[in-house]
Amino acid sequence: MKQEFTITVYTENQVGLLVRIATMFSRRKINIESLNTSPSEVDGIHRFNILVDETEEVVRKVARQIEKQVDVLKVYFSTNEEIIWQELALYKVPTDEIAEKVKVERLLREHGARAVVIRKDYTVFETTGHREETDGLLHALEPYGLIEFVRSARVAIIKGSRGFHEKIREFEEMQPSSEAAENEFLNEGEKVFSM
Amino acid sequence: MEQILEIPKAEKRLNGDAVANPKTTVVTGSQAVLDALVCEKVETIFGYPGGAIMPIYDALYDYSDRLTHILVRHEQGATHAAQGYARASGRVGVVFATSGPGATNLVTGLADAQIDSTPMVCITGQVFAHLLGTDAFQEIDVINITTPVTKWNYQVTDAREIPQVLAKAFFIARSGRSGPVLVDISKNAQLQTFDYEGYTPCQHIRSYRPKPIVRKEYIEQAAVLINRAERPFVLFGQGVILGNAEEEFRQFIEKTGIPAAWTILGAGAMPTDHPLNVGMLGMHGNYGPNVLTNQCDVLIAIGMRFDDRVTGRLDKYAKQAKVIHLDIDPAEIDKNVKADVPVWGDCKETLPMLTALVSPKKHEAWLAKFREHDAQEQAAVIENELRPTCDTLTMGEVVNLLNELTGGDAIIVTDVGQHQMVACRYAWFNQTRSTITSGGLGTMGFGLPAAIGAKFGKPDRTVIGIIGDGGIQMTIQELGVIQQYGVGVKIVILNNQFLGMVRQWQELFHERRYSFTDMVSPDFVKVADAYGIPGQRVSERAFLKNALQTMLDTPGGHLLEVMVGKENNVFPMVPQGCGVAEIRLK
Repeated sequence: MKQEFTITVYTENQVGLLVRIATMFSRRKINIESLNTSPSEVDGIHRFNILVDETEEVVRKVARQIEKQVDVLKVYFSTNEEIIWQELALYKVPTDEIAEKVKVERLLREHGARAVVIRKDYTVFETTGHREETDGLLHALEPYGLIEFVRSARVAIIKGSRGFHEKIREFEEMQPSSEAAENEFLNEGEKVFSM
Repeated sequence: MEQILEIPKAEKRLNGDAVANPKTTVVTGSQAVLDALVCEKVETIFGYPGGAIMPIYDALYDYSDRLTHILVRHEQGATHAAQGYARASGRVGVVFATSGPGATNLVTGLADAQIDSTPMVCITGQVFAHLLGTDAFQEIDVINITTPVTKWNYQVTDAREIPQVLAKAFFIARSGRSGPVLVDISKNAQLQTFDYEGYTPCQHIRSYRPKPIVRKEYIEQAAVLINRAERPFVLFGQGVILGNAEEEFRQFIEKTGIPAAWTILGAGAMPTDHPLNVGMLGMHGNYGPNVLTNQCDVLIAIGMRFDDRVTGRLDKYAKQAKVIHLDIDPAEIDKNVKADVPVWGDCKETLPMLTALVSPKKHEAWLAKFREHDAQEQAAVIENELRPTCDTLTMGEVVNLLNELTGGDAIIVTDVGQHQMVACRYAWFNQTRSTITSGGLGTMGFGLPAAIGAKFGKPDRTVIGIIGDGGIQMTIQELGVIQQYGVGVKIVILNNQFLGMVRQWQELFHERRYSFTDMVSPDFVKVADAYGIPGQRVSERAFLKNALQTMLDTPGGHLLEVMVGKENNVFPMVPQGCGVAEIRLK
């Protein structure tokens, strides 16, 4: 069954790596719903957040194929229940429309939004949240001559993760310990095999 | 290890301001490239010069006492020659090409090396860095084009990066699951001078784990399964050869007494005449190994990746068996066939651990089943193929006579198609690294350049390229390499005047609608003659053996064209979309 998976990829900061990771999805004709790259908690290590709608089986295979790329340190994949995630959205609307016809204060309160810029000709609102929340404000503003709308990629924190600080030290060893060599599948042997 | 080699024609320090560091030499990027190759013990380069790689070629002129450069006739030929070289010798194949079309011509060979895990380092020239992205003459974005077909690639625009990047390239190409690497070097970096501190080989990259830690619990679980098995069956692939684990594999097989079958890339990891070698897997493999895959109780896959040409329909593949999968690449485990026990690791390490835990056994009754199936296949297929009574020659009898004349000591290189299946099915291999074929990608045109490369890799061994009339014409220009360098490679063209494998499918699955598969070929013997290569054509059985003997006895290169039956088919065959047990003998 297909569902949303958020794939977190820890990588070296290397030109061309984005394409190498993206081809792992495109070769299987998987659409990337959203993609974000940013620094991670560890200096010099980059972190990709990739959102796809796929079956767990396929996501696991893709995750392993990404993880074996030379410049990739580690790949995790998580269901929506396993992460805290947010998206940010910006909305540009004509100031006179909005000032005349809407109770702006209520709008902002209801959607947890704030005004980033207020000019004579237009106003820019911002909100963060899950898809339904940013969509809610979008629908609320659509009747009032919405000029521009943009939503960021999903960024996500893995609930169960202890971060990458310890891991990176393991990776730097000549003989990485089993901690660095862990594999979500290989570490769950009892689930896959019983005599 | 750190060493500074004597750099020929070392440039004078350009600015006198810095205090000379006694440990460094001022060199150009090009010299650093060649010094890296010397330090990596590279001896042979296959390449083709051009504008953007001229500084490297200019420096190469001074290195000709330490590096042999073979001028191919097309860059694709360079990649396949490097593959043949690597697969025969176990060393890294090295390729030089220029930017633009030189680089795009590498793509097929890179893809072939990627899917067949062949260690290769390709160095391409690139336009000056300030021209990148401007559609300059012969500029192509080679990094993005080759990303899906390389294990790793990198663009150098500053000469100071060259020593570390090449060290990384060689380390990545040969370690772990080996594969092709491409390093693109802009022309300014080739010309740039810098303070060179010598070459240090790379031994560790923090984001790259070539050899996973072996998990003991899985070795133990695998051993329990093997010890309890009544009908265990081993499938082995090229992983055994790439891991130099032939001896470890033999000990494991001989202690457990388990029948073992091979993928075409694994052929030769175990001698053909070994009593536990039960033959070839896959679509045109042997009858027993295919049928009995679906009767074994424990399936032990070693260094193979369950390619669809091996498994046929997955939902009808070994469903009754517990599967133990030994592989160095974790992405292969569970990719196609679900493993009950994943033994992730280098089989050079995992096999001895497993051998220590398994009990010595013999599986006579189970082995007898393989022999029964073999007898059926002998009667239905093999006898007619190897000792035919029809008028026309068969591909199988040519291979069979070659076995007789070489005793199984030759390196057999093939192209792709019917002759490839026949050669792999019937050739004898006494030792490892004796079969070189394009397995995963199925690249027509692979055979001739790969055979040339194999001869450079193993000059003391007899190298025979068995090639079809279609495939030879895809890279026939490489005969020029045989001529120019006097390469002692023996070329056997099995000419059925058809693109035979496609024709076979048209016959069996497309109502004999032979859509564009009949092929008119030039007089190959005359073509060879034009290249100064002796050759002959044979179409009668009475002359075949002598012709093959003449070919083997002729010093240097030789081309023998054998006219074989036009519409012969390769059997047995697992039709596409069928399970392995549905293999057809006719």
